[in-house]
Amino acid sequence: MIDPTAAPPKARRRKVTRESTLQALPWLAPALLLIGGVVVYPAGYMFYTSFRDISRFGTDLGWAGWDNYGKVFALGHLPRVFLNTAVWVVGVVLISVLVSLVLAQFLNKTFPGRTVVRLAVIVPWAASVVMTSTIFVYGLDPFYGVINQFLVDTGVMAQPYGFLKNPVSGFLSSAAVAVFVSVPFTTFVILAGLQTVPGDVLEAAQIDGATKAQTYWRVVFPMLRPALAVAALINVINVFNSLPILRTMTGAIPGYDADTTTTLTFKIIQGDRQIDTASALSVINFLVVLIVIAFYLRIVRPMREV
Amino acid sequence: MSTLTEAPPALSGSRAPRPTKPTRRRWDLTAIGGVIALIFLAPYLIMLSGAFKSRPEILKVPPTYLPAEWHPENFLTMWGTPETPLPSNLWSTVVISIGGTLLALLAAVPAAYFTARHNFRLKMPFLLLVLITQMLQPTVLASGLFREFVTLELNDTYLSMILVNAAFNLSFAVWIMHSFFSAVPKEIEEAAWLDGCSRLDSMRRIMLPLVWPGIVTTVVFTFIACWNEFAASLILLPTDTNQPLTVALTKFVGQYDSAWQYVFAVSIIGILPVVILFALIEKRLVAGLTAGGVK
Repeated sequence: MIDPTAAPPKARRRKVTRESTLQALPWLAPALLLIGGVVVYPAGYMFYTSFRDISRFGTDLGWAGWDNYGKVFALGHLPRVFLNTAVWVVGVVLISVLVSLVLAQFLNKTFPGRTVVRLAVIVPWAASVVMTSTIFVYGLDPFYGVINQFLVDTGVMAQPYGFLKNPVSGFLSSAAVAVFVSVPFTTFVILAGLQTVPGDVLEAAQIDGATKAQTYWRVVFPMLRPALAVAALINVINVFNSLPILRTMTGAIPGYDADTTTTLTFKIIQGDRQIDTASALSVINFLVVLIVIAFYLRIVRPMREV
Repeated sequence: MSTLTEAPPALSGSRAPRPTKPTRRRWDLTAIGGVIALIFLAPYLIMLSGAFKSRPEILKVPPTYLPAEWHPENFLTMWGTPETPLPSNLWSTVVISIGGTLLALLAAVPAAYFTARHNFRLKMPFLLLVLITQMLQPTVLASGLFREFVTLELNDTYLSMILVNAAFNLSFAVWIMHSFFSAVPKEIEEAAWLDGCSRLDSMRRIMLPLVWPGIVTTVVFTFIACWNEFAASLILLPTDTNQPLTVALTKFVGQYDSAWQYVFAVSIIGILPVVILFALIEKRLVAGLTAGGVK
């Protein structure tokens, strides 16, 4: 968390005296109220709702036991949605990390115009994902889509293809866009990791006669592991929670063949207006997220240094 | 945390040239970099070109890459498009983003200052809670948030989304500000107090200028996150005049002959300012987003 060189721990211990929690309260209260009211409470309320019977108009009709979970697991398309979710998260994160490893390595070199390239790379990160996805919806249209036209003009395809007209190619196109918007963040985390590799270590490897490949795999890559792990886990959370890409790009395809558990939850909330069933599915999603957070906390290990 | 110090310059550039590898301008790398830049900018160039096309041209088969005729008046006529009340949508985005950013900052700064300066029993649990919040997103809590705000009769209000945006961006704000406050030696503050500065004065004259970059980073990042928020707005703001731009834009998609030129013109307004802001804080972002997990 805190660079030990920034404030020597010894001086810190001498200066900072333990104070009562009561004194801390006024300082922490606004933050605690926000987290309590808008994160913890809705999480609890969602859990509670998942065991209630709620009408389409929001009236609480009483205790439902495990009925809502039963309804979720009775959904005929659920196996496909689970499979999609696994492919979506693993595929997008894996490809994003691989692409970012190469891209970060490249951006770590010095060359004229590097700043401009770095700035270009952050654009998909800063831009609204809905807006980026919308551009692809237009570009991939088989009739007036510019991307389709480009692929035909460059000879990649013989004729335009309706990428977003069927679930499989729509899902894969969305995954490609998900990679596109995940790569910038991942690249910059890895880039930060690359800059922790000390120059003398690289020089020592060179003097010892290591080849470039050996230097990378034996020296650089092992030192990159913490950055990679953090980048991968944050991406897992982001990609798992990603709603706008699939909703914008495959939302018009009927059925659930291009859905993940996240987009399915939103279809149940908005399309079916079954907030109770949606809550049960959200609780399942929430448990998945908590497992990822547990891994994250192990890696970041906040207690050790703060 | 290394947020205050500039990232070390790239290795090959900072060291004295090695005998085997004289430093030279790598224009070959610049060429590859140009291609990479073009790939990442390509969709936004499509957007830029599309925003200036006429409606018949943007639906033309086969499409044109660049507008045959340029129609800058799209940026004026789009506000009256029937799909969605765009002026209200922009207003909504602006109000929610400013409100969410201010609230996040107001809640984060005192907490970050106190945890950086004082030791107390609940410090670790508090920071852990903040760290866990950082990994949570409104998407996964959407149904709970919806139920909560309906019960409070706050659904379909700007306030609901200001609260959601502030809460889910609080952790980033706390981490960044915490690292900045921690980096200011306590002695500096104490010296100011000895010289007769009041606590408030020392805060204003000593601390604020030192942590200013942190505040800028926090404000910019939170603002952009609020600006781009989609999932919670979709659920919590059913009335079209309350919806932000992100939700409003989805109404164009899926129609038989969408007004794409307006979609892109609005998107330019939605993307350009945040990209510029983002570029300003790029260097400090990673540290805050990974909660210092990567030094």
